[in-house]
Amino acid sequence: MSTTPTLEQHLEMYRRMIVTRRLEERIGELHKAGKTRGPIHRCDGQEAVGVGATAALREDDHVTSTHRGHAHYIGKGLDPHRVMAEIMGRSTGYCGGRAGHMLIADATQGMLGGNAIVGASIPAATGMALSFQVLKSSRIALCFFGDGAAQTGICHESMNIAALWKLPVVFMLEHNEYGLTVHHTAQSPVADLSTRAAGYGMPSEIVDGNNAVAVYEAVARAAERARRGEGPSLIEAKTYRVEGFSTSDMGGYQDPHVIAQWKERDPILVSHALLKDDAGEARLQHIKDDAIQEVDRAIEQALADPLPEFELFAPSAAYSEVK
Amino acid sequence: MAMMRYAEALNAALREEMQRDDRVFVFGEDIGTYGGVFKVTKGLLEEFGPMRVRDTPISEQTLTAMAVTAAMTGTRPVLEIMYADFMPLSLDALINQASIYEYIWNGQVQMPFVLRTQGGGGAGAGAQHSKSLDALVAHIPGIKVVAPATPADAKGLLLAAIRDPQPVVFLEHKLLYNVRGEVPDGDYVVEIGRARTAREGTDVSIFATSKMVVEAEKAAELLAQEGISAEVIDLRTLRPLDTEAIRASIAKTHHAVVVNEGWRFCGYAAELSATIMDLAFDELDAPVQRVTMPDMPVPYSERLEMAVLPDAAKIAAAARRALE
Repeated sequence: MSTTPTLEQHLEMYRRMIVTRRLEERIGELHKAGKTRGPIHRCDGQEAVGVGATAALREDDHVTSTHRGHAHYIGKGLDPHRVMAEIMGRSTGYCGGRAGHMLIADATQGMLGGNAIVGASIPAATGMALSFQVLKSSRIALCFFGDGAAQTGICHESMNIAALWKLPVVFMLEHNEYGLTVHHTAQSPVADLSTRAAGYGMPSEIVDGNNAVAVYEAVARAAERARRGEGPSLIEAKTYRVEGFSTSDMGGYQDPHVIAQWKERDPILVSHALLKDDAGEARLQHIKDDAIQEVDRAIEQALADPLPEFELFAPSAAYSEVK
Repeated sequence: MAMMRYAEALNAALREEMQRDDRVFVFGEDIGTYGGVFKVTKGLLEEFGPMRVRDTPISEQTLTAMAVTAAMTGTRPVLEIMYADFMPLSLDALINQASIYEYIWNGQVQMPFVLRTQGGGGAGAGAQHSKSLDALVAHIPGIKVVAPATPADAKGLLLAAIRDPQPVVFLEHKLLYNVRGEVPDGDYVVEIGRARTAREGTDVSIFATSKMVVEAEKAAELLAQEGISAEVIDLRTLRPLDTEAIRASIAKTHHAVVVNEGWRFCGYAAELSATIMDLAFDELDAPVQRVTMPDMPVPYSERLEMAVLPDAAKIAAAARRALE
């Protein structure tokens, strides 16, 4: 696989970023209308990381995600209707409404899956990479995690083990500056968390997390390295969480001027600027209109879909003793 | 049949299953070059090589989480956690990961891994290396928990555990590793979820697992000298419980003693006692008697440690109370 995306690949990333953004905006509206359940963690402004990174993987590569995973799902090729149906707790969702928005998985596309214990996506991908190495498979695993998750003990343990055993894993650090409400400067003395890679003898690079092409290229290089048996890499994508921690976030701790500055560098605008000469405004507008319509149809259908019927988990002997 | 030690029976199970199934690999602290601190993995590195037999860094939390997802993606990992006392580090991977995915992901994945560990007191290993934390893992839905008491069951249950499609926590006991017994040759599998009658009796049923089965058998000898006929049921599997074996034994004896080396409050013996109430209240002629550790740390000095550990004398005394 080339480490530079073709025009068509970039256009597809552009489309998936718009799909993700539309999902997030519609989810925000549904939340305000009281139609969603529980907190939902939007990834507005971070789409280039999830979409760019997954675009550089093979379909059979595996991805582990976080509580903020909508761009990871859409990037990995999941169907917006089934994602939205899961978020709305419908039987047609990827997990039949059992998982909710933080834990979506689709085994057929290697998305295993959302993980809402902060940091847990890291050993999850490391374990998959171990499996691929033992099986002599050419598949690789990639974990998304944030700057908050980078402060967990399992992050250190996983990077140490992965580098020690040269496991085929890509550590994709989505640095959005916040762990819940706490700024990264109150969580780590080091601004560039990728400097830690040196301690594991592992290569790392910092990329512009609002540029899907830059993310794609870095992940493509890391994926090739992993597939060659040379071990893991740490990629730190610098981005910013513009919409707060979750739909229940009361706000007040992020500087509005900083948010405005990051919105000027919105990843969809960045790709638009890079694409407009080669693709033309008309084509970009067409892609955007189609993506928005696709999401709106998906949401309409999800809202009309049936709720699941409750049943105990019958296939499991260890569960079935429940009376 | 061959006479072998409990540790050797476990080693035979691992070796035979690794020969049979390329997807099986073992990892853990000190299990490779050294062959495990209790020698359960002795010789495996030489036979199967470093890809399938891995010494690991001291990283239990991550290693357990890796077992979960490695199992999800085509391998059958067997992870050794050196002491049961270190299992609290594994709990996020068990409770928040392994326990949830088969259900939450609507049957899209299975996680056929085994977490082997050993616990228990009596070896002077102190408060951080002597505990029985059975209840902590048996509490978790979706995880099976087994605890063999004999070399034959050690082999048969480990083969069953590795082949099981679900996560299995496999609890060994440090004072059982050198116990010798007859072990069937070849592909000897003991079904998970089936208890074993270790000794038949008619007056009182004693339910136990792991080393407490050995103590219960000694207690039955003591009681026999007093004319009391005690039945000893080795549950072998803590979860899912063989409820039919429990009910059948109580229907015969009408008296029950439950034994567990772990703590009393919210402990595994408490669960057994409640299960007996659910299943066989009408069959009981007396309240269920519990024999456990007191709710305190395991002390070091031999005299102090022996004072807290359940043993044959304490089990026999509980049986007498049940029959009063």
